[in-house]
Amino acid sequence: MTERRLFVLQRLTALILAPLVLAHLGLILYAVRDGLTAQEILGRTQGSLGWALFYGAFVLAAAVHAPLGLRTILREWTAASPRLATLVSLAFGILLAALGLRAVIAVVA
Amino acid sequence: MTEGPGNALNVRIWRGKAEGRFETYRVPARDNQTVLDVVTEVQRRQAPDLAYRFACRVGVCGSCAMTVNGRPRWTCRTHVRRVALEGTLTVEPLRNLPRIKDLACDMAPFFDKWQRAGGRFSGTASRREPPQRVDPQSPPRLAASAAIECINCAVCHAACDVVAWNSDYLGPAALNRAWTLVNDARHGPRSDTLDRAFAEGGCTSCHSQGNCTRHCPVGLSPSESIAALKRSAFFGLPKLEAPE
Repeated sequence: MTERRLFVLQRLTALILAPLVLAHLGLILYAVRDGLTAQEILGRTQGSLGWALFYGAFVLAAAVHAPLGLRTILREWTAASPRLATLVSLAFGILLAALGLRAVIAVVA
Repeated sequence: MTEGPGNALNVRIWRGKAEGRFETYRVPARDNQTVLDVVTEVQRRQAPDLAYRFACRVGVCGSCAMTVNGRPRWTCRTHVRRVALEGTLTVEPLRNLPRIKDLACDMAPFFDKWQRAGGRFSGTASRREPPQRVDPQSPPRLAASAAIECINCAVCHAACDVVAWNSDYLGPAALNRAWTLVNDARHGPRSDTLDRAFAEGGCTSCHSQGNCTRHCPVGLSPSESIAALKRSAFFGLPKLEAPE
């Protein structure tokens, strides 16, 4: 994929992440108002298509956005070759997506 | 600062290549003198083997750029009294370019990047055809005109920290040039120039620190040109108006 496409992809995922992060932070404040219990959280999320879509989108956008940033950091700050930086970032992205989606499935299924 | 035997300026000048040392020369402080005047005075009277570059002496050619007290400047347009720190002036070659001797550096990598960014104009019409009509008020022409006055002095290239840590980065001048061509209706390979500006080490490497714009002696804003190039990642080539 060209540098230009990756650049666009990182900006677009940032655009998606910005409101999701704000909603996520707001939700944390709201969720802990009466103390934090697993039961309460699962009660809200289990079977909810809305939360599945919300956090599914969150995970996928983060799994694209963060590795692209990591790739730039590796290239600018380490002696890693562009190819190695790309491979490491790709692996990191796959890991983020896998762990994130697993967590989403665990709380909504 | 007044002229007189008591008033002298200590000038530290880089001597050597990449390896070298500062040597200090004392020259008379005058009411009106530019850094280039001082370097010339040192070369004419004290160090005839001092290498430096200049041509027009009036800020037109862009060949006398050096690092003066840590900042890249045109020495011909820099008055000593504006930059001297407690009667001391430190003059080095431009940063981010290989040093040849003393204050002269090798500009070849700078111009190579200009070419790599697709900076060579390539017209679509031959000399037998009438000149293409370009509306000077059309948005692409206004964008090109805002950036066109670059004289390739490499001050922005020397000021850029991204160039300093990534020698592969095209740098502000080359990208600024690419942006003018991308907006030039007479330039044939506009799309190719845009692709080159986005290649590895291109505009996406810019950190928007703005040192180029801060130091440009012409008052151009390469930062703005690079930001505009980045925007065209989303919107493609600037739309040209159909010729009448």
